[in-house]
Amino acid sequence: MKYLDEYRDEAVVRGLARRLAGLVTRPWVLMEICGGQTHTILRYGLDQLLPAAVELVHGPGFPVCVTPLELLDKAVALAARPEICFVSFGDMLRVPGSQGDLLHVKAAGGDVRVAYSPLEAVHLARAMPEKEVVFFAIGFETTAPANAMAVLEAHRLGLENFSLLVSHVLVPPAIRLLLQSPRNRVQGFIAPGHVCAVEGYAAYEELAAEFAVPMVVGGFEPVDLMEAVCMLVAQLEKGEARAENQYVRSVTRDGNLAARRVVEEVFTVCDRKWRGIGSIERSGLGLREKWARFDAARRFGLAASGAEEPPECISAEILQGLAKPTDCPAFGIRCTPTHPMGAPMVSAEGACAAYHRYRRLEVSQ
Amino acid sequence: MARVSFAGAEREICIDFVPEAEVGDYVLVHVGFALSRIDPEEAERTLEELRRIGELT
Repeated sequence: MKYLDEYRDEAVVRGLARRLAGLVTRPWVLMEICGGQTHTILRYGLDQLLPAAVELVHGPGFPVCVTPLELLDKAVALAARPEICFVSFGDMLRVPGSQGDLLHVKAAGGDVRVAYSPLEAVHLARAMPEKEVVFFAIGFETTAPANAMAVLEAHRLGLENFSLLVSHVLVPPAIRLLLQSPRNRVQGFIAPGHVCAVEGYAAYEELAAEFAVPMVVGGFEPVDLMEAVCMLVAQLEKGEARAENQYVRSVTRDGNLAARRVVEEVFTVCDRKWRGIGSIERSGLGLREKWARFDAARRFGLAASGAEEPPECISAEILQGLAKPTDCPAFGIRCTPTHPMGAPMVSAEGACAAYHRYRRLEVSQ
Repeated sequence: MARVSFAGAEREICIDFVPEAEVGDYVLVHVGFALSRIDPEEAERTLEELRRIGELT
């Protein structure tokens, strides 16, 4: 397909790899934030085309991976209630909470449904006035406009049986936390292209200036990622630290103003707990007071469970780029995509699942 | 709403966030919403540069 095939061209990727090899004079550690980018890197073996001096570590950027355990427990508790139809993106269904996952609730007779878009959940609420429809509103900045629009649409339709269980997270505060950590090794970031398509990249310019770390907004195809790595290394070798945009065909500096307005209308910035990392100040979105009636946590009076991760799972280290999935003693043995112990093993875009799919054999050698 | 073809598979997509999109445009879609219109001029300009890199073998 146009705008995909061209960005998967092997000759261009190899050309960029050679250019990169010519640029590098010392070791650099770079991080891609987004799980979609992690998946591309492993699927196409881009990490293996890089000069040995350039190391890519994988960031916390997949919503399934960072949705906190206690929120999953709330989702499971809600989904089990007979009056509730619980609607979610498909990849949340197998994420283990402390008391099982949503798929188990469905198997036991709970009304759990998969939707491609939050608008489908609004339509379900309209079609089933006798049910309470709850949508699991997870995601980064990319998904926020869709979830905000679902609230406005439910309001427009006068629906009183629709609500969101919200766990929205924001990327820049997580990057800030990583950069402030005394254990941080990352010297340059590939900023998430789709997040920036919505929000623009002014926030990344601020981070680049404040921490003297280059940030390149990158796309999701192999050519995009190799080019973004080249741009980062070129800056690092020259001692520069700016925000640049590799993904110019989809991202502008200010992002999508129409989408940002809708997000601003419905959501407000709040503190948010990230699975594996902990609470990060002003790193999430919650519903504004004006829309509180669409907040499932308030509507159903859900209490915090205080659930803890399995002690063997090192997802916290992995999500901060401090360890690789293959460093985990449970990887591929006690933790697999069919029996995941932690969130990064569940979804295809989680770093552990991507390594399990594309790098499992190297580990056993 | 608009009909968008994903390399053959078609879906109804909300285009409220990209009101400038016209029939025949390529859009970036996430969970049922178009989030940006792919800029053909920027794409062509970058591709031209990238092709040159690919040819320098």
